[in-house]
Amino acid sequence: MSLAQLTLHEASDKLRKREITSLELTEAVYQRIADTDDKVHAYLTLAREAALEQANRADEKLKQATDPAPLLGIPIALKDNFLTKGLRTTCASKILGDFIPPYDATTVDRVRSAGAVIIGKTNLDEFAMGSSVENSAFFATCNPWNLERIPGGSSGGSAAAVAADECIAALGTDTGGSIRQPAACCGIVGLKPTYGRVSRYGIIAFASSMDQVGPMTKDVRDAALLLEAIAGQDPADSTSINSSVPRYSAALNGDIKGLRLGIPKEYFVSGMQIEVGEAVRSAIRELEKHGAVIEEISLPHTEYAVAVYYIVATAEASSNLARYDGMRFGRRANGKDLIETYMISRDEGFGAEVKRRIMLGTYALSAGYYDAYYLKAQRVRTLIRKDFDAAFGRCDVIVTPTAPTTAFRLGEKTQDPLQMYLSDIYTISINLAGLPAISLPCGFDGEGMPIGLQIIGKHFDEATILRVADTYERATEWHKTKPRIQDR
Amino acid sequence: MKYEPVIGLEVHAQLLTESKIFCGCSTKFGQEPNQNTCPVCAGFPGVLPVLNRRVVEFAIKAGLATHCEIARSSILARKNYFYPDLPKGYQISQYELPVCIGGYIDVDIDGTQKRVRLTRIHMEEDAGKNIHDAHGDASLVDLNRAGVPLLEIVSEPDMRTAAEAGAYLRTLRQILQYLEVCDGNMEEGSFRCDANVSIRPAGSEILGTKIEIKNLNSFRAVERAIKFEIDRQIDTLSDGGTLIQQTRLWDENREETRSMRSKESAHDYRYFPDPDLLPLIIDDTWTYEVRVTLPELPATRKQRFAAEYTLPAYDAELLTARKDIADYFEAAVKVHAAPKALSNWIVGDLFRVLKERKLDDQLYILQWPVVPAHLAQLVQMIDHGKITGKIAKTVFEAMLDSNKPPQQIVGETGLEQVSDTGSIETTIDQVLASNPKQLAQYQSGNEKVFGYFVGQIMKATQGRANPQMVNEILREKLKTSVRQ
Repeated sequence: MSLAQLTLHEASDKLRKREITSLELTEAVYQRIADTDDKVHAYLTLAREAALEQANRADEKLKQATDPAPLLGIPIALKDNFLTKGLRTTCASKILGDFIPPYDATTVDRVRSAGAVIIGKTNLDEFAMGSSVENSAFFATCNPWNLERIPGGSSGGSAAAVAADECIAALGTDTGGSIRQPAACCGIVGLKPTYGRVSRYGIIAFASSMDQVGPMTKDVRDAALLLEAIAGQDPADSTSINSSVPRYSAALNGDIKGLRLGIPKEYFVSGMQIEVGEAVRSAIRELEKHGAVIEEISLPHTEYAVAVYYIVATAEASSNLARYDGMRFGRRANGKDLIETYMISRDEGFGAEVKRRIMLGTYALSAGYYDAYYLKAQRVRTLIRKDFDAAFGRCDVIVTPTAPTTAFRLGEKTQDPLQMYLSDIYTISINLAGLPAISLPCGFDGEGMPIGLQIIGKHFDEATILRVADTYERATEWHKTKPRIQDR
Repeated sequence: MKYEPVIGLEVHAQLLTESKIFCGCSTKFGQEPNQNTCPVCAGFPGVLPVLNRRVVEFAIKAGLATHCEIARSSILARKNYFYPDLPKGYQISQYELPVCIGGYIDVDIDGTQKRVRLTRIHMEEDAGKNIHDAHGDASLVDLNRAGVPLLEIVSEPDMRTAAEAGAYLRTLRQILQYLEVCDGNMEEGSFRCDANVSIRPAGSEILGTKIEIKNLNSFRAVERAIKFEIDRQIDTLSDGGTLIQQTRLWDENREETRSMRSKESAHDYRYFPDPDLLPLIIDDTWTYEVRVTLPELPATRKQRFAAEYTLPAYDAELLTARKDIADYFEAAVKVHAAPKALSNWIVGDLFRVLKERKLDDQLYILQWPVVPAHLAQLVQMIDHGKITGKIAKTVFEAMLDSNKPPQQIVGETGLEQVSDTGSIETTIDQVLASNPKQLAQYQSGNEKVFGYFVGQIMKATQGRANPQMVNEILREKLKTSVRQ
């Protein structure tokens, strides 16, 4: 077995016991990348030289440390919308050119300080806008379970890298499902923390009121460990919350007796792939066996979530992406005057989906439309949040599918943005409400594609959803099944 | 038809905080281009703003000093537009819920009070500067100013003449300077003003077509431009023309306003609440903490000076025009309670020196040429008859920058007043003896020669002789000489 197949906590144990070195582990990961990434295409940029140096330093520290941090010496991958000082950051867009950031994102700084080894930067939909990575300006990433399928998006590169053992763990970002939906597609664990739990400083902004960084890992314990390392208030992010960070890994005690599982009736409706529904219902039965209690709940404004999301997120994006004007960094076209320079730079720099969203958002904020679109959407957003508040009066966690279908075929939905947007129908509400949610494997469909189970928690109650997820994971083998990466 | 002008002013006051509004960069003026920048104020990917609490404090100060309501919850909003000096492609400002609401300023116009209401005061970040024509046909961008905090202070359209607008602007500047939140320098752009001018038939309540005037870089420009614009609008309507809502630029050289853009081409700024910043909550405690730091404001201080120190209104006005001068005066009065004499010295001799040294350009004089205690001691020496008023002028000059108390200077230079009868008598005898011709004139009834003798005595004592004693003794001696 390759060392690259290890989970984070397994690798950490071996490192502590000096059974392996970080250098060996890192080399194994690069070997795996050499073997499989020309098929998967998970990475945009590799940082091999720097990573080997970090591994060496980690090995030095491991020799001295009595109680090393769990991340010390662990090779991890970063979605390419995390700013990494001195390491090219593209956000899968041409507009950034060969942008070399002058600083590290707070989360990058935290994993570096914990001793993690940064393997490279993974592919994504341009500016994290998409559900399949097909919107990357560079190339598509393939699903390790079936190279003709999408890996999900926008953190599809990170998901594919974890599933293909091209890293030990990864970080992604989630604005409408961008961690959870690819985690479901690739059969891994993906956690979107509560909005405000993890710093957004140094993450290339898409929709500021919903963007959140989270772990993408091979199992639930790894997600808990990685979250511990990145969570906590950041003075550089005014929206990060001063709330103490529990030791999530210590909460994984397998005890969910009497825990109330809310099952929203609006989430089990037509349009869902039959096998997905079956797998999720069977997972719920498994949780019942461990003492959980089922509560049917209602989230009545669910049907408006996608519409609300595509107004709020695009409005924020239209403003967030204004800084890509070719003036201070990235690509600048040579126009005959200022306006033409702006127009050509942005026309050549942004892809079709990004332009579509900038236009949608600009429209929603325009004089005469603001009240009807942006303001109305914000009001409905409040109703959606209140739905969850009411539901959490009756249950402790909410259990749903992560996505309505398993990974679809590359190219299948690229011509139909609305169909593509519906991939996030079960994940979007959670971002609108700012709640934490985790996706973990709960089965496979008839074609062998993984199915994701989503567990949604109360604000800042990541510990409970991790505990439920871990309890389920202990009782099942899905997460242990590895994809066989075959030629297309 | 008779028209009534309606004028409202929008002021942008650059705040005197050490650091910028959303990052830790220095606000220091005159640095190398782009030296005061970081990824945050340069609008790099991934950066987030963190609101500088000092800026909020300054806004609360300005709000309290102008009788505004301080909003318990206010919102920072994004104003979206593209320009190279605006790194993020949006300016963080306030729109629907500003930090200060309502309020007013009482303005003194030729002895009568006029109340000008305020609509709002809000916080925002400044943009950088585009520098044209310095580098071939390319323009350069300097982001040192990007993110420097501003207060925008918007008045209601309560002013009716250019003079009222000028008086309002001066009063507002004086208040901000007293609060030490803005240096009020219009020429350097740290205190900027746009004017909204319209006219309506006298007696009408309906507002006319609003014209905004920009590029007003001095008080003079504000008043001249408003006057010009009122005349232009009246002429246009009188000639049967119509006015269109537009922004006009003041052309300083040609002394006229000209069209910059019409309402149709106005920007749609697509304001919306900035999702990177939480609503700003100001509780009563915070407001209270700021309230107790408020200095006595100019209008109150002026009244108190007139009453407490029995100063003429004119003196009180001059002494309270600036907070540092008023503080100077009060520090001096504490050392020697001679308000009127001190006032004379300050508005006369001290002001002349401040002007010569251009110290009056500074918002706050830290390095006084003469410290208040020394000036007070100087006046005290005159009052106690230690030196003459004339000698005091010489001592004052010697005190400038030497930081020596007047006693020391007098001691070192032997300038103290000679009040010793014997020594004065000797000098008088000598002068009379060496001027027999003048003495004879006096004795024959020409009393005008008296002054000549005094002059000679003062000359012989280098002005140090106590003039009163000289007068008395001289008169006595001359009497005796006549009798002889």
